[in-house]
Amino acid sequence: MSKKVNLTIDGISVTVDEGTTILNAASKLNIHIPTLCYHEDLCVAGNCRVCVVEQENSRTLPAACAMPVSEGMVIHTNSGKVRVARKHIVELLLSEHNADCTKCYKNGNCELQSLASQMLTGDHMFLDLVPDKQYTIDIFNSALIKDDSRCIRCQRCVRTCEELQSVSALGVAYRGNKMKISTFYEHPLFEVVCTNCGQCVNRCPTGALIERNYVDQVWDAIYDTSKHVVVQTAPAVRIALGEALGMPPGKIVTGKMVTALKRLGFDAILDTDFTADLTIIEEGHELLDRLKRALVDKDPKVALPMATSCSPGWIKFLEHTFPELLPNLSTCKSPQQMFGALVKTYYAQKKKLDPKNIVSVSIMPCTAKKFEANRPEMRASGYKDVDYVLTTRELAIMITQAGLEFDKLPDSNFDNIMGASTGAAVIFGSTGGVMEAALRTVYEVVTGREIPFEDLNILPVRGTEGEVREASLLITKTKPEFRFLEGVELKCVVANGLAYAKEVMQNVKDGKANYHFIEIMACPGGCLGGGGQPIPTNKEIRSKRKEAIYREDAGMPLRKSHENPDVKEIYADFLVKPLGHKSHELLHTHYTPRKRY
Amino acid sequence: MSESKLKRVDLIFGEYSSEKYKVLADTLKRPNDEILDDLLESGLKGRGGAGFPTAMKWKLAADEKASEKYVICNADEGEPGTFKDREILTRVPRKVLSGMAICGKVIGAKRGYIYLRGEYSFLLPELLREIEQYNEFLKKLGFDFPIEVKLGSGAYICGEESALFESMEGYRGEPRNKPPYPTTSGYMGKPTVINNVETFVNVVMIMRLGPIQFKLLGTSDSRGSKVFSVSGDTPIPGIYELELGMPLERFVEEFGDGDTKAVQVGGASGFCVPRKKFKETVIGFEGVPTGGSMMLFNSSRSMYNVLHNYLDFFEEESCGQCTPCRVGCQQLLKGIVAVKKGDKNAIYLEQLLKLSESMKITAKCGLGQSVANSFSSIVNNFKEEMIY
Repeated sequence: MSKKVNLTIDGISVTVDEGTTILNAASKLNIHIPTLCYHEDLCVAGNCRVCVVEQENSRTLPAACAMPVSEGMVIHTNSGKVRVARKHIVELLLSEHNADCTKCYKNGNCELQSLASQMLTGDHMFLDLVPDKQYTIDIFNSALIKDDSRCIRCQRCVRTCEELQSVSALGVAYRGNKMKISTFYEHPLFEVVCTNCGQCVNRCPTGALIERNYVDQVWDAIYDTSKHVVVQTAPAVRIALGEALGMPPGKIVTGKMVTALKRLGFDAILDTDFTADLTIIEEGHELLDRLKRALVDKDPKVALPMATSCSPGWIKFLEHTFPELLPNLSTCKSPQQMFGALVKTYYAQKKKLDPKNIVSVSIMPCTAKKFEANRPEMRASGYKDVDYVLTTRELAIMITQAGLEFDKLPDSNFDNIMGASTGAAVIFGSTGGVMEAALRTVYEVVTGREIPFEDLNILPVRGTEGEVREASLLITKTKPEFRFLEGVELKCVVANGLAYAKEVMQNVKDGKANYHFIEIMACPGGCLGGGGQPIPTNKEIRSKRKEAIYREDAGMPLRKSHENPDVKEIYADFLVKPLGHKSHELLHTHYTPRKRY
Repeated sequence: MSESKLKRVDLIFGEYSSEKYKVLADTLKRPNDEILDDLLESGLKGRGGAGFPTAMKWKLAADEKASEKYVICNADEGEPGTFKDREILTRVPRKVLSGMAICGKVIGAKRGYIYLRGEYSFLLPELLREIEQYNEFLKKLGFDFPIEVKLGSGAYICGEESALFESMEGYRGEPRNKPPYPTTSGYMGKPTVINNVETFVNVVMIMRLGPIQFKLLGTSDSRGSKVFSVSGDTPIPGIYELELGMPLERFVEEFGDGDTKAVQVGGASGFCVPRKKFKETVIGFEGVPTGGSMMLFNSSRSMYNVLHNYLDFFEEESCGQCTPCRVGCQQLLKGIVAVKKGDKNAIYLEQLLKLSESMKITAKCGLGQSVANSFSSIVNNFKEEMIY
């Protein structure tokens, strides 16, 4: 047991574990100390100084987020000295900040703004430094916008990019009055190693890092009567959208979301879950094919382990960081892009629509999907497969703009075709979900039996944040055509967050890993913690989203991708067979090696 | 100016033995406790300016249990108006190396580093030659304590000890949160003693003279002597070793040009003392401490320009990490300009003085906490020069 420390905060005695910070000790007493640079997902920086408190017998005011408690410490969190100092600090931040809030995308969801309003900073105390600064805005990226004039240099983004993602696209440049958050040689984001994962966006306290929004473009498409606007919604959107519309984390709002989309005026509300299931069929067969070529044909060119390819942040990360391992990536497009390619081919045929009149919109928990949709290879239908990608947050904006009282909306069902879903698709939204969905199907394809886990819950592959989860599955009593897998122990690994992805791939590169199948999600917790999800984010919120996902899965009548009726139909009517000619044309892709600098 | 009024001392630069590294050789034979006792008895405080008791720092590091420990000599002499470490490293590098080795023995470190200011790279060839001789000598003694030099890259902030570690480790020079302090977690996260160049020389001096004799110099709060960098409006600028605890008045009598209106003690981050306070001001830890910089200004100088110059320096040299220092320096600079130009009322200076007080208590590091010293002491004492 750890040592206990006694201290007094605002006259109240409290006993906490040694090493606790003043900030956390105060929160035990329900005293909220304001913070800006502090984020519970990240290491302590202690650089904004907003959380300073008064410590008796100390000349200086320590930062509550960084100062550990000590025995007999007497702390005042709201003394006159503290109030003056905090106000000075917030005023200083505002003086460097382009505080034109009504022109800011984060207006109403900005931590600096709420602090300013709390502190009644109406009458700015100091000189406005903004006019003398040569702030730049990086608008050259299809996914993210970086506006230095809104930046308060808290370095949350820098720590996110380095600690959580090990990408380090963002760093600190220059010093003193010129100090700023920048990229390698100040190149625009699209020219550097940035994966567009958007984790920095989720943690930016102001509007300095935001997604490029396509709200107006989508409205225009909806209003254009000559267009048939199709929308697909990713699995992780339905368990988080409520948060951005005033509901508590962990609410499943699938039915309300579909109603809202209909009311917004989309012509067809379809489900990315459908192509998630389709991905499992294609990717599962691709894995079996690779295994066969390796084990039976002894083909030395087969790249194993095979890694999932649904997470576009992960794809770009691999392209930059381990370009030599690109052959290990499944050639399957992500569900979003499979969907886009099918909307303008299969769906158009079935619905007798001219693909050039279809506008394909996706709602994603992700900012990297915006970049993905703009990749030149994502035009298999002859058109841009996905025209606009909106984040969960942007959908919430549209719902608010339309004046819909979201929590009072009735439930509706997805349209068809391409609207059917299974539990296997739903769990794509959580780390380990693709692996679990794939195993549910692959095992059955290989053995003809259901995977031997209670209620199909393959708990060993359900990853958690902050770990690399390894699991193995012994395959026995195979069907005759899969005899080569008899007795094979299928080795899997699941990782979320690019820092852990890097660890896994380094092991693969060094030949230290003997996996068959790798699932990687770029974001902490998987898509549920995606860069396009509602802000704020923290471990507690993400774990509630995760619970919701598995609750949704458990409640679905169909739990296995190969049981999805729309999937069965598309193979019967259009694709013919997994990895067939049409599949290759529409559902598979290739990757581009990129440089790190 | 008649005869010398201040006691000149020649302990730092003097040569007292024809035998090289004699003090080091003698000290290495002594038990660690005895060395620490002597240091404690001497009352030596760090010569970088902050004045932390050296014996206590060494004891804290000695008591830490760790596989690796380090001794670092802070030779990132960047404070405007300070140039004494350069002189020490040029003339008596042997004493610096000896002091570091003694520290290494006491705390149980196997390695020492000199973090040399980038602009002092011209000292490097001589310094490396001396280190070579030192290494040879140590080999003969059978004591293993190699010393290396690491060069800074020109950032003022890297004189702050934790920013210096970051820089040495190859990162951007930004101060760390404290605690943990360097004696617990310093360079590479290991217990580290980091002292100023002059402090190490003082250690050697104490080892040679004994604490009793060392204590004959200075006052009860400020033991010993100190090397001062004297500059500005003085007929005799240069490096002087003087007894600590002297009244500023006597210093000005000796070094001033007869028309001294203010002395900036401790460099740009130090305090400006106006003529009317010369008498009551003592140079030492009980009064105005200094890392050695003494800048004299006569009545031809505009204190507005002096302050503008300092703030200009800090606006650029703040690491930019914490809000009070990064933005505060810009506000102070732009603020005095606005008042001077009449864009802001004189009363705005009061607002800025309050800000400077906040900066002193909320900045993340020691340097950030001291950047506003010159502002408040100059504005408080020369308000009319700021306005008219």
